[in-house]
Amino acid sequence: MKKFGVGQSVERAEDARLLLGEGRYTDDIVPANALRLFVLRSPHAHAKILSIDKTASLESKGVAGILTGVDADEDDLGGFPSLVPSNAPDGSGPNFAPPFSVIARDIVRYAGEPVAIVMADTLDQAKDAAELIKVEYAPLTAVVSLADADKPGMPSIWPECPDNNDSLGVFGDKAAVEEAFSKAASIHSIDVRVSRVAVSPMEPRVATGVWNEAEGRYELTAGVQSPHMTRTQLAACIFKVPPSKVRVRALDVGGGFGLKGVPHPELALVMWAARRLGRPVHWFSERSEGFLSDCHSRDHISHCDLALDEDARIVGLKFNSRANLGAYISLAGMHCAQGNIGHLSGVYTTPAIYAEVRAYFTNTVPIASYRGAGRPEALVVLERAMDAAAFDLGMDPAELRRRNLIQPEQMPYDTGFQFTYDSGDYPVSQTKAQEAADWAGFEKRRAEALRRGKLRGIGMGHVVEIASGMRDEMGEIEIEADGSVTFSTGFHNHGQGQETTMRQLISEFLAVPPEKIRMKDCDTDVQNFGLGSAGSRAAAVGGALIKTLSEKVIEKAKIIAAIPLETDAAQIEFVDGTFNARGTNKTATFAEVAALAHNPMGLPDGFDGGLAHKQIVRPGGPTFPNGCHICEVEIDPETGELDAIGYWVCEDVGRSINPMIVKGQIHGGVAQGLGQIFGEFIEFDREGQLLTGSFMDYQMPRALDIPHITTISHDVPSPNNPLGIKGAGESGTVGAMPAGLNAVCDALKPLGIRHFDMPASPHRLWKAIHDAGGIDAICKPTEAA
Amino acid sequence: MPTLTLAVNGNIVTREVTSSTLLVQFLRDQLGLTGTHVGCDSTQCGACTVHLNGDAIKSCTALALSCDGGKVTTIEGLAQNGKLHPMQEAFRANHGLQCGYCTPGFVMAAVKIAERLGPNADEETLREEMDGNLCRCTGYQNIVKSIRAGAKAMLENEARDEISSSPQGLTDPDARVCNDAPQTQEQSAERKAQVDVFIENSRGS
Ligand code: FES
Ligand code: FES
Repeated sequence: MKKFGVGQSVERAEDARLLLGEGRYTDDIVPANALRLFVLRSPHAHAKILSIDKTASLESKGVAGILTGVDADEDDLGGFPSLVPSNAPDGSGPNFAPPFSVIARDIVRYAGEPVAIVMADTLDQAKDAAELIKVEYAPLTAVVSLADADKPGMPSIWPECPDNNDSLGVFGDKAAVEEAFSKAASIHSIDVRVSRVAVSPMEPRVATGVWNEAEGRYELTAGVQSPHMTRTQLAACIFKVPPSKVRVRALDVGGGFGLKGVPHPELALVMWAARRLGRPVHWFSERSEGFLSDCHSRDHISHCDLALDEDARIVGLKFNSRANLGAYISLAGMHCAQGNIGHLSGVYTTPAIYAEVRAYFTNTVPIASYRGAGRPEALVVLERAMDAAAFDLGMDPAELRRRNLIQPEQMPYDTGFQFTYDSGDYPVSQTKAQEAADWAGFEKRRAEALRRGKLRGIGMGHVVEIASGMRDEMGEIEIEADGSVTFSTGFHNHGQGQETTMRQLISEFLAVPPEKIRMKDCDTDVQNFGLGSAGSRAAAVGGALIKTLSEKVIEKAKIIAAIPLETDAAQIEFVDGTFNARGTNKTATFAEVAALAHNPMGLPDGFDGGLAHKQIVRPGGPTFPNGCHICEVEIDPETGELDAIGYWVCEDVGRSINPMIVKGQIHGGVAQGLGQIFGEFIEFDREGQLLTGSFMDYQMPRALDIPHITTISHDVPSPNNPLGIKGAGESGTVGAMPAGLNAVCDALKPLGIRHFDMPASPHRLWKAIHDAGGIDAICKPTEAA
Repeated sequence: MPTLTLAVNGNIVTREVTSSTLLVQFLRDQLGLTGTHVGCDSTQCGACTVHLNGDAIKSCTALALSCDGGKVTTIEGLAQNGKLHPMQEAFRANHGLQCGYCTPGFVMAAVKIAERLGPNADEETLREEMDGNLCRCTGYQNIVKSIRAGAKAMLENEARDEISSSPQGLTDPDARVCNDAPQTQEQSAERKAQVDVFIENSRGS
């Protein structure tokens, strides 16, 4: 194994810079002459704009310009498209898909929607001027509740969609499910509210737009996860120019988690304003502004029926849900609603599945992806249904799961629904997790807690999730004359450590030491294609990409090496950084060959110089990381306060490039999943005004809220990836939501509570316990046998 | 406009500021010290944590003028002679950062936690101590680990610690503060003396 190669927990290359305070986040490198942009946002969730008077504000000190929807119409400014198509509810054709508008024209559809933008020398000046803009609104009734969106009498947000029901996605085999249900020994139903949350990366959204007059080109530096995809949308849909007329780059970005993979209005607005005013324009979201205008996530109301036979084996599953889209469909809005419904098959053999998902417009900021993007929305319901069935049958939920697990010898396993799983040993993962958590000893701990007047619960959640579904990626490896390497990919590093893992891969394949490897910025001027970092893809796709690029470089290098080694390229092998001519003792180092390749005078005719290689690679796939998660909690019935006692996960990410980074991804993912279960919650009032608009009202998980997480591995390499890599980005979150919620519900079980909806905030817990008669209602606990 | 004088990372800087300028704005916008970050507008996230007169404070909640005459250390002032501070080193060795946005604030808070509690604080205590800082990436576990390791290393490096509290940095107040670390012990001592005199004087005034 190479010292810096694949499988080593090497320290991260990016850390020194970030630890010294020398990161280049977008807000750190604002051009000196940049104007500051302030967005005047709609105070109403639903209203007609009657007039906008900007006369007084234009006179205000420092103001360089004010733009509104009228100006946007003049410039034919477009909106961001929905990437995932669906069907109209009546099946008559595709669903109605209004673009995600970047600035309101005649109607505002969510509180926080941009109505005007003010550009001034300083932010304070821009804010002062914005106060002088007179906007006359005629308020309309807002559709706020997802549950009531299609109730008779509700106003229509879009005339094209009178009952606000935009689409119906139908999946699976209805007849087979009905048949299975008719023969079932028992049917277990559950309703689960998957709450609405704010992604909240610690770096707020940020963007700087520059108009390059000489080239007639827009330039954007921004906190985005996929500069290339962002460029595609901006060029094609917003400005309607060829892609070469737009440049997008992302330098250091302080977390993305899906939010920054979805283009937001301000990206277009800074670029538009820069062109209009001929000066760079910078916008940095304030946190409260982010709560209003960052796309929110999740927000489903779901129902699931699980049919079991006499042996408690699953024979069928029915699912139907209402998914919130918000006022427009964001790039990933429909993806989160319907695109990951395949996860309903979970880790179990389920012969028949049928699902209906209805997506609704509401007068709220659009919904977009957040770590998992539809995966936890499906899996938390399935895993709650498993626990509810165990509750009904008086069975150990671990045993119910074990009976239904797909066995390793069934791999690759076609679920018969949407996915074919690549590999994994789910029973062993469950065993290892149970042992680590001392599942068997839990009832003793519950009884002991009850003697102290506390409610203790344990919960399990199995995750299996699709990774590297988006397979294509471009990369380039360039070799300098001294043998050092410079590379680029379309992945963007915003915390996942690609600066390190991609170096490890190059080091593995080209045997070049890490200090001789440099990564270029993620910039559409560096390479023209890329799909960015999302969907747990960079490790698996990147592994295949770097392997292919390296092989191509070595292939070229062998042709050059054949000259000094006086043999045929076919006779040359590349071992540990040296080219050897088979059957001789002649060798040439990588650096020697690189030097020769860059000395065209020294090359015979017919040889091309240089060793660079660039291409788009499409590895096999997808891959299915999986794992068994267990969470233990204790609740104080007097206060409703929840104490997270412990967390154990046995994960299978396939082969890891850097186990230290993988564990870090699991930790962070678990904390985000538990955050939603324990307290995060976006709430609006009946008028559509945000009630949870700052970190004071929105309960972000702090260090004390998150338990110590024990990670164990049981990695089964993926046959779908040339390196066996599966991916690690999202599975922590997808597993933690059900494990955490099941633990909470299990703690409440002695009170006869079968289900409790997230979030398990003290007030809600206290009320549920109180309504169930309080802890005194529990008869004297019996010791576990 | 009122004038503000501060010793920042060991360098005495004087600037005109508006009365509403926040310390974090002063550091980032006027001194170009962009290592101190802004993550919220409600004093909840700690991304902006710096040391003011020896205490960890949230620089988004302090008016720059209210710090007049004070001594400020930012993340840029922590490393000495091109070597990471033991706490920075511990964050690197223990994967205590991912996107790095919360990191300067955590490291600055951690140095003070370590100074107060030493290396033997238990996990629960450390998690409590980190109440003022939010991280969305790491799930906190490796931050706890980093602070422990950093506290231990700080104790072992007390000699080095001594230097780290000594001044360094600018003679030209317009240059980036961290780019002009003292080259020699004498320079270090000389700048420390300058700052001591400055602090002494500003106390008297
Ligand atoms: S920016 Fe200072 S606490 Fe958040
Ligand atoms: S490392 Fe990203 S917020 Fe902490």
